[in-house]
Order: sequence, then C-alpha cells, then structure tokens
Amino acid sequence: MSEAKKYPAPVTNPETAAFWDAAKEGKFMIKRCTACGEAHYFPRSICPFCYSDKTVWEQASGEGTIYTWSLMRKSPTGPYAIGYVTLKEGPSVQTNFVDCDLTTLKIGQKVKVVFKPTDGAPLPFFTPA
Amino acid sequence: MTIKGKAYIAGIYEHPTRHAPDKSTAQLHAEVAKGAIEDAGISKDDIDGYFCAGDAPGGAWPMVDYLGLNTKKLRHIDSTETGGCSYIIHLGHAAEAIAAGKCSIALVTLAGKPRTGAMPPRAAGAEADFESAYGATTHNAYGMCAMRHMHDYGTTSEQLAWIKVAASHHAQYNPHAMLKDVVTVEDVLNSPMISDPLHRMDCCVVSDGGGALIVTTPEIAKSLKKPLVRLIGHGEAMKGPRGGKDLDLTYSAGIWSGPRAFEEAGITPKDIKYASIYDSFTITVLMQLEDLGFCKKGEGGKFVADGNLISGVGKLPFNTDGGGLCSNHPVNRGGMTKIIEAVRQLRGEAHPKVQVKNCDLAIAHGTGGLLGVRHAASTAILERV
Repeated sequence: MSEAKKYPAPVTNPETAAFWDAAKEGKFMIKRCTACGEAHYFPRSICPFCYSDKTVWEQASGEGTIYTWSLMRKSPTGPYAIGYVTLKEGPSVQTNFVDCDLTTLKIGQKVKVVFKPTDGAPLPFFTPA
Repeated sequence: MTIKGKAYIAGIYEHPTRHAPDKSTAQLHAEVAKGAIEDAGISKDDIDGYFCAGDAPGGAWPMVDYLGLNTKKLRHIDSTETGGCSYIIHLGHAAEAIAAGKCSIALVTLAGKPRTGAMPPRAAGAEADFESAYGATTHNAYGMCAMRHMHDYGTTSEQLAWIKVAASHHAQYNPHAMLKDVVTVEDVLNSPMISDPLHRMDCCVVSDGGGALIVTTPEIAKSLKKPLVRLIGHGEAMKGPRGGKDLDLTYSAGIWSGPRAFEEAGITPKDIKYASIYDSFTITVLMQLEDLGFCKKGEGGKFVADGNLISGVGKLPFNTDGGGLCSNHPVNRGGMTKIIEAVRQLRGEAHPKVQVKNCDLAIAHGTGGLLGVRHAASTAILERV
C-alpha cells in the first residue's frame, strides 16, 4: 500500500539543493557546524545553535532509533505512521515509517533510511533496520 | 514595567452556533464583535484597537473595513498569528498597548466555519520540503506526544480518558455543547483508535462559530456595568524541534509562558480556583497542567484521574463549558473560548451546576500549532476585582 502512495516532489531552494542532489544518489545528508561541532536537521546555512555560517554538508549513516511514532489509522491515502528518528549523529528528524508492519513499531527500535521516488528528488523515509 | 492590573476584560461573547452553513466567515466575526460590544455596553465607534489572527478573512485591513470600525479613532492594530492561542496572546498585547497608552478599547475577534466552509491554507515554512510529505496532522502530532509521554512517565490511556470524562460532566449543563452526554473512561477507551494512542474521544470536536473580547482601561471598565475582571499576568512562548537537538515532546512552550504569567501576577498555581486549559486533545491538557506547574512533570496522569478536574468534585475545576472536547472548537482554535469561560467563572456567570464558589483567580491557557512539531503557548492570569 505504501508503495502505491504518491509523494510530492520537493520544491528545493538554493539553501537545500545539495541535500536533494545527494538524495538522488541515495545519500542522506545532514549539516554540521564546524564552529560549535553540532549537527542539525533540516539543513540550514546558518547554524541554529551558535549562528556561525561555517556549516558543512556531511553524509549521515542513515541509522537511528525511533524517538516516537503515531499510526494514523485512516486517511485519504490509507494508514501511515509518522514519527521522529534520532539519528546516530544526534539530530532527531521527522519522517514516516515504511515497508513494515506499522502496528509493531516501538520507541527505541533501530531503523535505517530508505528513499522513495517522487516526480523530483526522492524523499527520505525510515524502515526497521 | 508590567501589565498587571492595567487592562480589564469588559466584554465577552461566544457565538452560540456550532454549525453555520447559512453564514459567511466575515459575518460570524461581525456577529461576535457585536455580541462583545453589547456585553460591554460600549459603542463600536469608541473602539481604538483591533486584534485578529489568521482566521480573519483577508487579515486586519479588510476586517476593519468590513466591521465598520471607526478609522478616525482606530490607532492600534495587531494580527499576531499563533494558531489556537492567538487570542490569548492578543489579550496580553492589548494589555500592553493599553498600558502604553496606544489604545483604550480593544476588540479581539475569532470566527470561522471548518464544518461548512474551507479553512484558510497555512503558509509553508522553511521546513516544508523536509516535513510536509510526512502528513503531520493535529491527531498524529499530538499522538506522538502522548506516545512518548506514556513511554517516559507511564501515563495511561485511562488517565487521559479522565480528562474527557470531566469535560463531559460539564458539557451536560451547556445547552450549546455539541456533545452533551456524560461519558465514562470505558467509553473513551472503546471509541475507535484515530492515531495511536489517541482514541476518537481523546479528540476535540470540529465546529463552526467564534468569539470576541473587549479589553479596556481600568477607568473605562469601572464606568461600565459588568463585574470587573482584570488581567494580572501574561506569558507567551514558542517551541520547535530546533534543528533536531535534544528533542523532547513531553513538554510544551507552556513551560515558559506559564511561569512568566505567574511571576507577573505574583501568585502560584495553588492560588488558581478555575482553569481554562486548551483541550484540542486530552494529552494537550495533561501536558499543559504539568507545564504550568499544577503538578510535577510526569505526574499529570495521576493529577487528572478520578475526577480531579470536575467542578464540585475535584481540586482543579477545568473547562466548565465542556471545552473543545465537548462544547465547541471554533475554527479549530481553542484560545478564545478559554478566555470567555474563565471570565464567566470570575463574573459568576457560569452555569450554576459548574460555577466555582468564590472564584477570584482563574487561568486561561492555550497552545497553537502542533505540540508534536512546532507551536506557541500563551498564559493569562485573570482576577475578579
């Protein structure tokens, strides 16, 4: 069912284009600030923590754990599970869980990134590792 | 500099409708404005401040024109948009403007028709490409908070259900309430799962309608006929995922807006006789009660259980009109009705079955946006003089 779901293409902009270009190659990118060392998501040019403009792209492992989730039982496109994943690198990211039994998700469960196609750049989702 | 005691709520009006297929949104704004103006006993032409949020068709300038406000006199305009708590923020901003001499009679309006008309679209933020495809809705965003709160603190669905049970006990006395039947914990648990772990009865109603306030100076309020209710403390705050660092969905921006309001008022949660707490979902109430300091973080489940929020039964009567869970939720925004029921309680105008005795201090607190994503919160402490 989730395979049939059509996802909107990212609009993209100059600040985030590199993220989507990398996504086309199956790479999941985060931004890290070289001034304070903190990673963040979604990517910004100015570090949201120390306001340095010395932020650089970094390919993330794509691995993390479920921080929380909620299964939307009904929607016009069918059931879906939204949640946050805390990446190995630190930041927590909003996502949907896919390609699994959505009723068995657990907080703390290990998951990994998987990309799904759109009419533009593919979108990152997470699935049990 | 403080707003403590510098502004009074002289007029309130809640639209009785919950279903308005035969009315326009602008018309509903005009009807609630008229209601609040008449409640206060002032003239529309004396209004010199106007406050509205994203529900006002076209924003402030079309509304000021449509409402026929006196533009020779109107000298303060504020269209701060923070979702459901916008009107609690407006109340604070009106008090600031009044204290600074920038206006003397402020009108705040909210109205709309999510049941019978289109909702205004929400503008996309910088996060859009990284979030919008994942389908965050109110249900699942609050579900994510509840899921984590249960995980971290052992909060249960039974405890959340008590919040709905308390609201239903109050709603039975409100002739305008959409849901007047008293429900049990079992009823809530047996209602269909909407977005785990929230059941249908953990969710508020969807209703057309609206409400309005008149906020004014102490001098003008004292010249009018209504019981005197004044704002003595106010706070506002915002919270979001902040780059994903140290994400914690078990608390809200109320953890900051609440103490700001209590400090300004010079009172503590123990002094509060009645609480209007935005109840978009049961979990919203539980988290706000913790964040405002009515109980410790993580103990909200125990605090709300066994009827503790039922007027005449528990220690903290809340949402005695039935709130969003049972009465109404105009434009999917609960802040306005929270202020209105708090003023009714302080005036002694609540339904006799739910009126809190000697109600001299009340809180009206709300959030706006999505608790599980990014949101605002605002807290108002009100006193009967």
